[in-house]
Amino acid sequence: MSVAHISWISGPVLRARALGPFRLREAVHVGSRGLLGEVIRIQGDEIVAQVYEDTTGLRPGVAVTGSGFLLGITLGPALLGRIFDGLLRPRADASTHYVEPGMKAEAPLEFDFTPRLRAGEYARGGSVLGEVVNHAGTRQSCLVPPDAEGEVLTIQAPGRYPDNLPLSTLRAVDGSSRAIAMSHFWPVREPRPVAKWLPSDEPLVTGQRILDSLFPVALGGKAAIPGGFGTGKTVLLEALAKSCSADVIVYVGCGERGNEMAGVLDEFPRLADPRTGRPLMERTVIIANTSNMPVAAREASIYSAVTVAEYFRDQGLQVALLVDSTSRWAEALREVSVRFGELPSEGGYPPYLSSRIAEFYERAAKVTTLAGSTGSVTVLGSISPPSGDFSEPVTSHTKRQVRSFWALDVKRAQSRFFPAINPLQSYSEDSLDLESWWAKVYADLPPDGPAAGDEWLALRRRFLTLLDEQARLERMARIIGKDALPARQQLILFCAELVNEGFLRQSAFSETDLYCGPQRQARMMRSLARFIEEAEAALARGVSYEAIAAMAIVRPLERMGEDITESNVQAFADLAQRMDSEFAGLTPSPGAKREA
Amino acid sequence: MRPSLLVSGAASRIDGPLLFLRRTLNVGLNHAVSVHGGDGRTRLGRIAAIDEEFLTVELLESGAGLALADTVVRFHLEPLHFGLSTGILGRVFDGVGRVIDGGPPIPIHRSFQIDGLPLNPVARARPHDFIETGISAVDLMNSLVRGQKLPIFSGGGLPHDRLAVQIANHARLRGAESQDFAIVFAGIGVPHASADYFRRSFEASGVLERAALFLNLASDSSTQRLLTPRFALTAAEYLAFVEGKHVLVILTDMTNYCEALREVSGAKGDVPGRKGFPGYLYSDLATLYERAGCLHGLAGTLTQLSILTMPSDDIGHPIPDLTGYITEGQIVLSRELDRAGIYPPISVLPSLSRLMKDGIGRGSTDTDHPALASQLYAAYAKATQARVLASVVGEEGLLEIDRKYLAFGAGFEQELVSQTSARTLEASMEIGWRLLRALPKVELSRLSDAQIAQYIEAQR
Repeated sequence: MSVAHISWISGPVLRARALGPFRLREAVHVGSRGLLGEVIRIQGDEIVAQVYEDTTGLRPGVAVTGSGFLLGITLGPALLGRIFDGLLRPRADASTHYVEPGMKAEAPLEFDFTPRLRAGEYARGGSVLGEVVNHAGTRQSCLVPPDAEGEVLTIQAPGRYPDNLPLSTLRAVDGSSRAIAMSHFWPVREPRPVAKWLPSDEPLVTGQRILDSLFPVALGGKAAIPGGFGTGKTVLLEALAKSCSADVIVYVGCGERGNEMAGVLDEFPRLADPRTGRPLMERTVIIANTSNMPVAAREASIYSAVTVAEYFRDQGLQVALLVDSTSRWAEALREVSVRFGELPSEGGYPPYLSSRIAEFYERAAKVTTLAGSTGSVTVLGSISPPSGDFSEPVTSHTKRQVRSFWALDVKRAQSRFFPAINPLQSYSEDSLDLESWWAKVYADLPPDGPAAGDEWLALRRRFLTLLDEQARLERMARIIGKDALPARQQLILFCAELVNEGFLRQSAFSETDLYCGPQRQARMMRSLARFIEEAEAALARGVSYEAIAAMAIVRPLERMGEDITESNVQAFADLAQRMDSEFAGLTPSPGAKREA
Repeated sequence: MRPSLLVSGAASRIDGPLLFLRRTLNVGLNHAVSVHGGDGRTRLGRIAAIDEEFLTVELLESGAGLALADTVVRFHLEPLHFGLSTGILGRVFDGVGRVIDGGPPIPIHRSFQIDGLPLNPVARARPHDFIETGISAVDLMNSLVRGQKLPIFSGGGLPHDRLAVQIANHARLRGAESQDFAIVFAGIGVPHASADYFRRSFEASGVLERAALFLNLASDSSTQRLLTPRFALTAAEYLAFVEGKHVLVILTDMTNYCEALREVSGAKGDVPGRKGFPGYLYSDLATLYERAGCLHGLAGTLTQLSILTMPSDDIGHPIPDLTGYITEGQIVLSRELDRAGIYPPISVLPSLSRLMKDGIGRGSTDTDHPALASQLYAAYAKATQARVLASVVGEEGLLEIDRKYLAFGAGFEQELVSQTSARTLEASMEIGWRLLRALPKVELSRLSDAQIAQYIEAQR
């Protein structure tokens, strides 16, 4: 391994005179504490490295030792249910109250291993070496590293082994042999290879009505959640981590609050996974790099996270990667870039910001893995634009990469209307691809009127146009006054408000409303659409707007989310019946002119 | 005695806040130095960069009066430390931790690095103890919990000092008797009158003996302002996590801190970011604000109440903007309410407490507290919408329901937000329910049928 000696140091950046060869992006260890760093520039016999930890006390002459590997992490069975820092070093030990620099790698953990390959077989990269049962009792696959293949010379019998112990030897066609353990090393900045990319026709079910029904994200899709401070990005991401339909959640707190991480760590072990009933923590990997931890490690944390996500994808699992927040990552990129003396571009960010964002989001995909199974990584990233201005570089570059855009709105957040997603600024390019999936959901419901193949898309369009009209009419009302609007337009405003309150608002703190399954979403959409339709018909036959607005059915409609539980199918039928009879009881008011 | 080494005659260049020394000693990055000038003054500094020939010292105080020949530099051979003991309570320090109240020096129990270390997120306990402040707009609408960092976003001329003192004097756990609490106050570039106001108020309420005051006055060195909150927070961490006290830290005014950071970064030649502030303003602020919380297995807690004045009342300005992204909510003061004579002039809609949900509701305050707060928010937001509408088309152009909301909005501000003496949470909630009774039932979609029956219809 090569050694270099520091000749200049300032903040997290150092220059060192190298006595041997170093590679670009090679991981290095600095000083006696072995601080982790990465080579970022090579010039003659001088290397420039960024250090991922506090550099206090370093001085010229201190040794910088090359590792021979690119900056990477060890992927294995010891990931699920645990918390790591941005460089995937475990943070589980609560006995140390502070994060001390230079923490060494932990002792290897032991797992029960059952081989899935036999001696003499030919193992390809990414194939299943064996299976383990992790500490939580979850069955997981151990993979042959994607860059290794060959004939299995030896493989250990079932038993309990440390995760870094070589259990098998592969001999490649060129005769070289390679030892394979349960866990393997992978450089974080390099996407893990796949056999084939697949189109996605299935959504990541989030349990959030406004997302699933109006702005869905496909499995293997990518979504951005921009919002100013206090608009509920973190609460939304946490709600998704709790209830979305992924097998594995990788949650990255990138430059965010320590107390939020404490909240997640406090809550997740106690909450049950809605699909398996097991503690939520067992399907979760948390990567915490809070805002006061070293900034360079923040830059690396999202690459560590996406590599972990890809590792689970390669086991044939559906993975959701939640990043809070990508703006902090971009800022770390900017901070480090400035230290190197790179010329700043837009907003002080380095000129390669756009391509880095593109590269990162491109790692989201639904794929056929090297082992032949289907896996996916769905990336959901929050953005914290300065003063909530979406025209800033990070938001605008991200907007070009993602297919779903969930814009958070400060007005909604201020009236505690959550999730505060603005339906007029948000969009989803995935919605057309997901039509057939939703058609199956609707097909399972009892028929309601003539069967239409694209009922979901039609309802979705109906709601979105209604909300659009609301915005237009409210602008007009501001000029002429609300009471000057004709009854039909007042009804539109009323119905839009009903859709907002009864459908789009969803309380993350209500037991019933925390999660809303696709079936219930469909039933709620139908109920509201039915009301709108009947209300318009009633108005047309001369019923006054006031009479419709005063109907008793309005309140139960507004509170469907909190009052009707997931399994209470009958309640929707009752609601429809009650609605019909209330509408039937409305009589045209004598003074009202017919508008039909 | 801590080790130190004196070097003279090594200075080769002074450039703004940077002092270049020939490297005659093998010292490490970020280590502290004291620079003694020929003028008899001592300035603190730290080693910002090192190469094989030169040391770059960043002066943390004004370099005016320094010369190359007669400058003597004392190397501390460690980062800047602050020696502490419980003797700091009842004492007054300058911005860099030197006693200025004329009393004896404080005995040193332990010494801590003023930059602190990041708290291990795993060691943090989730803050959940509701603190009653006696202020309705805080207790009912934006509850404060122990271990939270909740800043006050204010503006010049608004009564933020009075509000901070009131919170400091009243903030207690409900139903608990006298507790082991302490107050750490850091005045960062504050005028003398303001620092004096805090001291007199603490004296009047008898908490001064439990308080440690760190004063960097407006007339003091501006670069020193970068150190003041660090000294204060180091003291607070000691009191909380070593001595087991419940510490409330008041940092005022964070805007002056950021201005000082801009000044220093400009002098260092950093690439300026938004409004000339350095690109690392977020990370820098985070190293201060994140020093709050609760730890597993330790009795003490550290709660932060920082005050910042928003330049030209602009909440989008980088200082409040980045602060809001780090802190767990904010209390926003409004000039409009202040002008209308409402005290405390808390603008409820943009205010927020992120940790509120963990501190209220069943088992901590009142089962119906969350729903009531949510409904009041929804109704008050509609009231402000109706107000905008009324200001354009006049009240006559409003629907009946909008007029009801107008009345609700006025009542909310004058009866709930405005208060002359401290209120219990129960009293605040009672006012909240009373205000909601004026609205029709169909508008109260955030209340359950049971809540409507109990609080609205039974007493209509």
